[in-house]
Amino acid sequence: MIKVTNLVKRYGTNYALNDISFEVGEGEIVGLLGPNGAGKSTAMNILTGYLSSTSGEVYINGVNILEDPIAAKKNIGFLPEQPPLYPEMTVTEYLNFVYELKSCELDRAAHLDEIMSVTKLTEVKDRLIRNLSKGNKQRVGIAQALIGDPKVVIFDEPTVGLDPKQIIAVRNLLRTLAKRHTVVLSTHILAEVQAVCERVIIINKGKIIADERTEDIVKTIEDGYRYRVKICGPAREVEASLRRISGVKAVEATGDRDLDSYAYIIESDKNVDIRKSVFNFCVSNGWPMIGMEPHGTDLETIFIRLVDRSDGVVETKKRRK
Amino acid sequence: MLAIYKRELRGYFVGVIGYVFLVIYLAMAGILFSYTTMFSMSANVTSYFTLMLIFSAIVLPLLTMKSFSEERKTKTEQLILTAPISLPAMVFGKFLASYTVFGSATLLTSLYFLFLVPYAKLQFAILFGNLVALMLVGMVFISIGLFVSALTENQLSAAIGTIAIILGFLGIGLINTLIPTKYAIRFVFSALSIFTRFQSYVNGYFEIASVIYYLSVSAIFLWLTIRVYDRRRFG
Repeated sequence: MIKVTNLVKRYGTNYALNDISFEVGEGEIVGLLGPNGAGKSTAMNILTGYLSSTSGEVYINGVNILEDPIAAKKNIGFLPEQPPLYPEMTVTEYLNFVYELKSCELDRAAHLDEIMSVTKLTEVKDRLIRNLSKGNKQRVGIAQALIGDPKVVIFDEPTVGLDPKQIIAVRNLLRTLAKRHTVVLSTHILAEVQAVCERVIIINKGKIIADERTEDIVKTIEDGYRYRVKICGPAREVEASLRRISGVKAVEATGDRDLDSYAYIIESDKNVDIRKSVFNFCVSNGWPMIGMEPHGTDLETIFIRLVDRSDGVVETKKRRK
Repeated sequence: MLAIYKRELRGYFVGVIGYVFLVIYLAMAGILFSYTTMFSMSANVTSYFTLMLIFSAIVLPLLTMKSFSEERKTKTEQLILTAPISLPAMVFGKFLASYTVFGSATLLTSLYFLFLVPYAKLQFAILFGNLVALMLVGMVFISIGLFVSALTENQLSAAIGTIAIILGFLGIGLINTLIPTKYAIRFVFSALSIFTRFQSYVNGYFEIASVIYYLSVSAIFLWLTIRVYDRRRFG
């Protein structure tokens, strides 16, 4: 549905995007993740035809966006980072304007009613946009993107600035949309990707540093497993003994103390499950273990590690030059 | 294009700008008309149209200063530029909306001439020629205004920039007063001057060359506006 090949966007000598390629299939919901300034918005603006690339190609539903922008844009609904709203219009007036702007051919009344129903705007349809809450303004922004029933909907930071309740509502809405549309959303909020997306593309400094299924990314990136365990016992002795367990690569005492227990981070090889060994080790030494949980496998930690790693690569290359 | 036109036109009258423009334009036209004809016991409209030309140069940027700058500032341009419409359709839709307001106001001012009917024999051909000329010049001013508005997101800068360029086009003929008559360059300045060309209409000559000139300058500035957006996409 979306095909991006060797996309480059250069501003002077700076690369906002540096040779990016990816494809998004029909019905996929993909998160474009990256720190601020990574190139997410630039990528989305090029995908939607708002910006032109320095080189590279973008195909939307098989149509090259530079060669036939109008045909390509008919397949796209776009919610920019700041919803493009006219505050002096009511919700209905605004959606009617967008309907006409997109030269939509669906039955107007039925189509707009359906969109307002999906985005839960029916109750506020006659209110001026300037008087709506931020959450409802965001819904209006999403509603305009859905007009014309585009095959691809692209959302740039769709939950930014919303309160937690509104964020949950918008995420639920995004999941609903994925049933009918191919969805690409950008965010720097990692929980959002975990909550909504099937696949994540991580961008840093204009380059793709990871492109995986959300559930697979941890396995792919990590070269081992980490667990945080809490063991009651003499700290130094426990730490030294833990290192001797087969399969344990590293042990680090965190220094956290909870009553008479201490916390340790144990790292193992990728193909070894050390949980049973650690449990048996504690039992045999008479040191009660009162907690064990995966450590550093949340997307947040992975993301930071990935970004740091890619920054390191860039720095190393610079030094070599 | 129709969607942009309708929204733009509606935008003038949902806010105050449309009303402010109409009130100022109609009131000032009435004052100028009264002083140059009725109070002067004259049916000669030469001074009226000359003053209206200068007045339009100052007041028309009110209509165009927000056209693109506001959309850029509030980011609503992203909606339009990612919608399946062409850049010329966007620019022309906005142009037509501004021109509808200006054209309607100018046509309304033509009713003022009815006040002269009981007192003098009106030369309708001259009146008509002048009205057409004012409408054509308005087209040029609006095109310049849209072009400058596309260059900035600051409305005030857009208005001041527009007035500056328009005054340049009006005053370029004045340079000829500094150039000896033997130099052919005088012809170029004279040909480019909106004011010099407008004087022909005021004096009762309907020049097709000037019509082509006004249409061409207007088309050039609209094309430049499209180019501004085209260039910005390449950042």
